[in-house]
Amino acid sequence: MAFTNENLVVAQEILARYPKPKSAILPLAHLAQDQDGYLTQDAMREIAELVGVTPAEVLGTTSFYTMFKRDPVGRLVVSVCTNVTCLVLGGPEVLEHLERRYAGDTEVTIEEVECLAACGNAPAMQVNYEFHESLTPEGAADIVDAYKRGELTARGVSGGTAGGGA
Amino acid sequence: MMGHATETRIITKRLRDRTEDSWTLAGYTASGGYDALRKALAMEPAAIGAEQVAAAGLRGRGGAGFPTGTKWSFLPEGTYPRYLVVNGDEGEPSTFKDRMLVERDPHQLLEGIAIASYAIGCNKAFIYLRGEFALGFERLEAARLEAMAAGFLGENILGTGYDLDVVIHRGAGAYICGEETALLSSLEGDRGQPRIRPPFPAVAGLYAKPTVVNNVETLSTLPHIVAMGGEEYAKLGVNRSTGTRIFSVSGHVNRPGNYEVELGMTFRDLIFSPELAGGMRDGRPVKFFIPGGASSQWLTGSDEHLDAPLDMDYVQQTFGVMLGSGAVMVYDDTTNPALVAWRLAKFFAHESCGKCTPCREGTGWIEKILYRISHGEGRPQDLDLLLDVGDNISPGLNAPFSQTTICPLGPSAVSAVVSLQNYFRDEVIAMCRATA
Repeated sequence: MAFTNENLVVAQEILARYPKPKSAILPLAHLAQDQDGYLTQDAMREIAELVGVTPAEVLGTTSFYTMFKRDPVGRLVVSVCTNVTCLVLGGPEVLEHLERRYAGDTEVTIEEVECLAACGNAPAMQVNYEFHESLTPEGAADIVDAYKRGELTARGVSGGTAGGGA
Repeated sequence: MMGHATETRIITKRLRDRTEDSWTLAGYTASGGYDALRKALAMEPAAIGAEQVAAAGLRGRGGAGFPTGTKWSFLPEGTYPRYLVVNGDEGEPSTFKDRMLVERDPHQLLEGIAIASYAIGCNKAFIYLRGEFALGFERLEAARLEAMAAGFLGENILGTGYDLDVVIHRGAGAYICGEETALLSSLEGDRGQPRIRPPFPAVAGLYAKPTVVNNVETLSTLPHIVAMGGEEYAKLGVNRSTGTRIFSVSGHVNRPGNYEVELGMTFRDLIFSPELAGGMRDGRPVKFFIPGGASSQWLTGSDEHLDAPLDMDYVQQTFGVMLGSGAVMVYDDTTNPALVAWRLAKFFAHESCGKCTPCREGTGWIEKILYRISHGEGRPQDLDLLLDVGDNISPGLNAPFSQTTICPLGPSAVSAVVSLQNYFRDEVIAMCRATA
């Protein structure tokens, strides 16, 4: 999907920050992903036009970064750390529990990620880049359920607030 | 026992004291915020680096420990524009200090940026913030807008005629972008792959212009150096490791967390003081600890290692380890060192950018071999095979200080292998024999 008129204004503001427009690829991709739920091919084409490179260059850049999802994901992306502190304090158990519990749930995408810088309160996860720490497997599922029920308000899939602003 | 070792809070003082509003302009200025900027703007720009920062002995807090004043002095004279780029891409496993500084004292960082930018003569600074730090981004952006409205950033700062535009740029999930040349590639809109040096960023960095890249903690320290005076700051610490640093202590300790301590304290005090990490869970012994982030070689629970001082040069020269990013991961005797080594290898294999063959191929092999060792499928000769692979990435196996690669990521993956060899060879081989 193309940028909404509102986000197109944000996009122009982002472009104006940089001496060279190509620098705007990452923030524009975040903006598009928050808007569309993942980084669509249409969005990459539009970003290419905005910054003056080919769509292939936008793909070349964005495909390097794990935060950009080039296929549809759930409304809630749950990123569970299993790196070395979480490893010894229960991170893999949180991951396994969530993967089992939300298997087949199209609203929730569970992913294993690298260190989130929350090791003081391991194990940790993020839901759309909001931190949740000192987890148990059941406690982590309670948090995801609270997002599903709307009791917790989720950020965009790229971690932005509603309407973008990356 | 002597008195308990305690924190020396300089850059973490406000965020500990003002838990309700440390990230707001009101909270910041009510506790002395932006006074150092006023003081700095009355100084000759060049004197800030040459006198204050150099006298303070400030060294980079991101990992390499390079003297900050020296780094600034490499900018070629008379070449403009020049840029300050802030490395806020904190991704070194078990490091969580910059996230805290950004979320809970963003104005302190902005003040440090304004002072550094004035000192090096730049009018545009970029903060490259780790993409996953959504709250940190919001806090920093809100602080930037507050600071602009109050005249601490933007045009004609505090009526001095000095202008500074600050851009906050989110990364998107790539550990390698914490390496300064990869960070610059990423900031230019490319894949985050490191560049061969020379040219160094000071000569040809962002957009091929002279560029200084400094870490979040380094710049957060700057207002305090200006406020105290460099010579006064240098009285803290030990030898060439002056001042305080934040250590992120994690793992099997009673009180994991960030502790700002004066350099020169021992690892034992940091890990065992009841006011710091509080000792080991259930009173179990330290089996090993990783003293400077995942890239460092390991140390063990021996007296020799625990009693070593937090002195960047001492630990490197004596044990071949780094204080690096200030992460200290502590493991007790229930831990399988091969499993930790495997998980680190998996991390480095995932994060290898693919540019240099020894790293791209080698990290994958190390991960696979460590997987089978740590999952009951190892062969007794596997440790030697690992050393052979490692030697192709870090010749002589003195990782992370020798490399066949452009950047230190590949060699960092070898650190854990060398540590297994140094301290756990018998255990690893016995583990392989038991399953062979």
